[in-house]
Amino acid sequence: MDTVMKDRGGPAQPLLLARDLRKHFPIPGGLLGRATRVVRAVDDLSLSVEKGETLGVVGESGCGKSTVARLLMRLLKPDRGTMVLDGDPVDEPHGITVNELRRQVQMVFQDSYASLNPRLTIVETLAFAPKAHGLPAAEARARSRDLLAKVGLDPNSFADRYPHELSGGQRQRVNIARALALRPRLVILDEAVSALDKSVEAQVLNMLVDLKNEFGLTYVFISHDLNVVQYLSDRVMVMYLGKIVEIGSVDAIYGDPQHPYTQALLSARPSMDPRKRTREAPIQGDPPNPIDPPSGCRFRTRCPFAEDVCAKAEPLLNASGAQEVACHMRIRGSGHTKAP
Amino acid sequence: MSDLLSVQDLHVTFVTPDRTVHAVNGVSFSVKRGETLGILGESGSGKSVTLRSILKLHPEHRTRWSGSIKLEGDEVLSMTGGALADLRGNRVSMIFQEPATAFDPVFTIGHQIAETIKRHTGKSESDAWKRAKELLELARIPSPAQRLKAYPHEMSGGMRQRAMIALALSCNPSLLLADEPTTALDATVQIQVLLLIRELQRELDLGVIFVTHDIGVAVEVSDRIGVMYAGKLVELGGVEQMVDAPRHPYTRGLLASTVHGGMRGQRLEAIPGAPPDLAEVPAACSFAPRCKYAEAQCLAAPPPLTAATEGHLVRCVGRIDRAISGHLAGNARTHIVDRTGHIPPG
Repeated sequence: MDTVMKDRGGPAQPLLLARDLRKHFPIPGGLLGRATRVVRAVDDLSLSVEKGETLGVVGESGCGKSTVARLLMRLLKPDRGTMVLDGDPVDEPHGITVNELRRQVQMVFQDSYASLNPRLTIVETLAFAPKAHGLPAAEARARSRDLLAKVGLDPNSFADRYPHELSGGQRQRVNIARALALRPRLVILDEAVSALDKSVEAQVLNMLVDLKNEFGLTYVFISHDLNVVQYLSDRVMVMYLGKIVEIGSVDAIYGDPQHPYTQALLSARPSMDPRKRTREAPIQGDPPNPIDPPSGCRFRTRCPFAEDVCAKAEPLLNASGAQEVACHMRIRGSGHTKAP
Repeated sequence: MSDLLSVQDLHVTFVTPDRTVHAVNGVSFSVKRGETLGILGESGSGKSVTLRSILKLHPEHRTRWSGSIKLEGDEVLSMTGGALADLRGNRVSMIFQEPATAFDPVFTIGHQIAETIKRHTGKSESDAWKRAKELLELARIPSPAQRLKAYPHEMSGGMRQRAMIALALSCNPSLLLADEPTTALDATVQIQVLLLIRELQRELDLGVIFVTHDIGVAVEVSDRIGVMYAGKLVELGGVEQMVDAPRHPYTRGLLASTVHGGMRGQRLEAIPGAPPDLAEVPAACSFAPRCKYAEAQCLAAPPPLTAATEGHLVRCVGRIDRAISGHLAGNARTHIVDRTGHIPPG
């Protein structure tokens, strides 16, 4: 347990591959409590996370971004789909177990207080997982104190405190230290800085960059804040109602967004220039309910360019420009009048 | 034009048997009709406490107010009973961050709006419902007649916030208080609600005080922006002055630590440390312990709020000596370039 997990497949092999992940949540309410409807949180989604990159995930509430995070860590069991961690299939014969996956993939949540045990001191919290995985207690405590120093908290004054004695920013540093306690290779940050004040958020973002370089980490960074995602990510994945609508390098997504939803998301950002205020909202309405998503393209009910074909056929991800886009306007011969 | 609202040297202290919190420590500002004042601050800065004091919403027995809040010449802090009830809703109304909890879940939207109208204006049942429908139209809610019959849980977050705005405007207030009304909304919905507030403010010639922690949101809606720190306004000025030439080190720090386009790969200029505990009345500049320009005189006494230029007030003793730092102006410029690079919608 004590050794850092070795890179096995070389730098070109993706660290994590997920194929056709699906998660539907049944809603009880029918006769005898039987489920009549389902929330289609994540629908047949495939992605890869390259070694050493930061993959940003953006989207509005109900788009399934947190469900994706929980599936990647197997906090939720997918209804279908496969995952491969650096060449090893997860939870399959000849592959690795879910426990082994979780040693290499760790997660930080938004609510820094709810994710810490209020009855454990900070050092006990940090030493918990290493001890559970077989590290002697004294060693686990020593490592915990090292980690505290790494996240900018003086071990002498913080090690024996309880979570309620810390500020939100300090607690989130503890959560990040805990995620690193098992020396993972991939850290999933699910809205990890969203609850922090701006001045504290900047401190934590700087720290995340430092830790990534020092430990050679790979991040999946989930956030609703497009500016923070742009700052931190190498590649960006845009989700809408359980589907990827666009994925590509950060420069491609922010510099040349191709999907109408990505374009709307980016121009919905408040302007920082009082002379260039937003005059018109890019799209109207709220994201629809993921219980009964629209047929065909799920964005079509809010899309200014929607045509008949958008209701009939689901657009698949297709290379367009430097990125991949799921839009009939970008698919040759799709039947959309704006298609190439 | 005379001021709609004038707040002078407001202090708010919360007293409980265990502890005392000096939440607001001498805040003065004014708002005119047809003007939006944005109040920007981080958690614990006293921005919401200041806003709620205008309606005297804090529990009477645990709150000590001093100073003056005058609405069209009437002192709010001395109001009780009927005058206070008349103030709330009829003259000043408020919208909150969580429209889901601001509505009663067991009554329809129409019922709640009509009830408010009847209570404050004495209109008949049918007139009140007619007015409720007009208000939903005013808030740009599609098919308003059906929406009147909807329960709060049947509406999406953005629609509920629109209904909340309709409710707030039901008795023609002259001042609208907005406490982070778009923070819980999705990005594409937030901008719709911001634009709605801006349009209604113009149409109805409202005074608006808009409290937020998000600089971008404050810039979108405000004519003037005040920045609060540790219960005081540290800077107050026109929106362009505040964005182009922020004077207070805290305002500059906030702008520099706010991530925006064009900052990739750069190290963020985080403000070190954390805001002070407000158990004591600050005896010096509250920001001095985190300020890289702090000098001996910053720790000697609280700095006064003085005019840096016309209409631009700053609470900092070092402000005149320091030229506006180049990196900040530089950042603001990169962002403008980034914004114009957007693909226009539609």
